[in-house]
Amino acid sequence: MKTVINNYIREEMFPNIWCPGCGNGIVLGAIIRAIDDLKWDKNKIAMISGIGCSSRITGYVDFCTMNTTHGRALPFATGIKMANPNMKVVVVMGDGDCSAIGGNHFIHAARRNIDLTAIIINNMIYGMTGGQYSPLTPTKKFGTTAPYGNIDQSFDLVKLAKAAGASYVARGTVYHVRQLTSLIKKALNKKGFSVVEIISDCPISYGKMNKMRTVVDMLKWIKDMSVSKKAWEDLSPEEKKEKFVIGEFLDIDRPDYTELYSKVMEEAQKMGVSR
Amino acid sequence: MNKLKRNVELLQGNEACVKGAILSGVRFFAGYPITPSSEIAEGMARLLPQIGGKFVQMEDEIASIAAVIGASIAGFKSLTATSGPGFSLKQENLGFAIISEIPCVIVNAQRGGPSTGLPTKPSQGDMMQARWGTHGDHSIIALAPSTVNEVLTLTIKAVNFSEKYRTPVILLLDEVIAHMREKVEIPAPEEVEVINRKKPTVPPEEYFPFKPDQNGIPPMANFGEGYRYHITGLIHNQKGLPTSNPQEIDSFIRRINNKIQENVKDIIIYEKYFLDDAKIALIACGSVARAAERTVKLAREEGLKVGLLKLLTIWPFPSEEVNRLAQQVDLIIVPEMNLGQMVLEVERASRGNCEVVSYSRVDGELINPIEILGKIQEEIKK
Ligand SMILES: Cc1ncc(C[n+]2csc(CCOP(=O)(O)OP(=O)(O)O)c2C)c(N)n1
Ligand code: SF4
Repeated sequence: MKTVINNYIREEMFPNIWCPGCGNGIVLGAIIRAIDDLKWDKNKIAMISGIGCSSRITGYVDFCTMNTTHGRALPFATGIKMANPNMKVVVVMGDGDCSAIGGNHFIHAARRNIDLTAIIINNMIYGMTGGQYSPLTPTKKFGTTAPYGNIDQSFDLVKLAKAAGASYVARGTVYHVRQLTSLIKKALNKKGFSVVEIISDCPISYGKMNKMRTVVDMLKWIKDMSVSKKAWEDLSPEEKKEKFVIGEFLDIDRPDYTELYSKVMEEAQKMGVSR
Repeated sequence: MNKLKRNVELLQGNEACVKGAILSGVRFFAGYPITPSSEIAEGMARLLPQIGGKFVQMEDEIASIAAVIGASIAGFKSLTATSGPGFSLKQENLGFAIISEIPCVIVNAQRGGPSTGLPTKPSQGDMMQARWGTHGDHSIIALAPSTVNEVLTLTIKAVNFSEKYRTPVILLLDEVIAHMREKVEIPAPEEVEVINRKKPTVPPEEYFPFKPDQNGIPPMANFGEGYRYHITGLIHNQKGLPTSNPQEIDSFIRRINNKIQENVKDIIIYEKYFLDDAKIALIACGSVARAAERTVKLAREEGLKVGLLKLLTIWPFPSEEVNRLAQQVDLIIVPEMNLGQMVLEVERASRGNCEVVSYSRVDGELINPIEILGKIQEEIKK
């Protein structure tokens, strides 16, 4: 059965490399539906990713795509957007890609408020390398490099993005697909740096290490742990600890970097005669 | 009267690099401050927005080269500049530019290393890093000017080579060349040969982004121009998609190496001083070549048949020229501001046809003409 998805994928790349039940496929579908709703010209979309299972997404979609180096997708995307502000530039990253090796690039892209959409597939683990803990692995959960339980405190990407200067920040999950699609659509449409963190499942690495052996176990866990912003406020501090708050957290208007730079160009052209 | 607007200006090496870059069509710069390269970033920040170009100061050197590659694929000729520690950070994405065949220029104003080393002193310690700094089998183009005028002309060459061969090109300055001031004749824009990347001539549905033309170089469509395709740091097939087919892997790796190795005639640039009758040859580059040129004059005054091969292209290494020279002379001396890096290539290329000796200095001071002359006399006495 052909669906809207078929209009946007590179069929020769299928079957994909992802494990059965991996959340990456759900995110792929949600991104495509959001883009289809927006009726964007495929020739004007650049989708850039880093390295990881999640970052393989760029191989599957029929846009201008680039699978870059681990953690560096945002600076590559910054160059593209600066050179051609007419392109819609979407960046897809894993949790390790975005928040560990790419953490510095993430806060600086947010600080510049450059008009990119950052989509982070947070499966709370390094999937591709086999299940090591990441900066988004919750405390006490297990990874192959945290065999006695993770003692690290995890980042809250929503807070991080807000504090660093993003214009739009939201969190969704692969269980709540409709909401996810609409959050992505809003982020794509936002002028400025927009961020959607997606709580996702990696049954193979995260699930296996944390006693959720099936995809159903994992999705049920994500469902049970997710609360809306409103419901979150009524929880006790103890209850809050393990939950994922989902929804929109920031939606403001601020001039984006390419806009500010075009003012610099105007100014420089007025002033400059020096060769 | 000559109608061309050709100005003579007193310029610093780094300023000449900015001029050359702009003349060759560079319209994007991303960088991170580091001595002795910062004047390049400062010049770009001031000039690029005046002429429709863009400048961005990134959070580090890794991000800088990433942004440069991104801007290049979006259609802007792009350049970044750095020194030792920053050059080390750029190595990973340098490899990405090589494998994805995205043109860009990386200027490395060499300073003493390793690590923070000697920030304000010259060095030639990165000759081998320029060749082999990023992992995996690859070829690279690296050029090394020895005058401020050459900084300008070789910057233009570097940009042109990057576009022609779809490869990153490294411009190796050193602290002396970067900071010294000399008279430079600025060519009028219409005098400058500017090479642009070859664009596809086929419609998008017939385009194979990594299918080489007869010269081994795939025509390049910029993002946003109607050609949609995939770029990856994984070994890929002609469509740009990852491959694990041994034949495709082999032919890809060989092609990205051969496209440079098979064009050495076009890429290799050098100058000869008094080599015709020489029995002793100096081989040098960068600021050391300036001293060596003077040494040749001093030696000739003493009646010694000394000449100089000044290398402007360092990589690919001019092996053929060096081999020919080794058959002519009895002795080659390679003075360098490192513990002997280029001399290894000279030895390899000479194939035992003459004696090859190294003259090194690593104390942060320039090699002077007198000490090279001293080395010549010492070798003659042996
Ligand atoms: C510089 C560098 N370091 C390490 C790696 C190895 N590596 C590949 S994928 C990956 C982790 C990916 O995890 P994440 O970003 O969370 O994405 P996921 O695979 O879970 O989707 C690592 C560490 C690499 N490719 N490059
Ligand atoms: S290892 Fe995990 S993240 Fe990677 S494809 Fe498999 S399920 Fe998905």
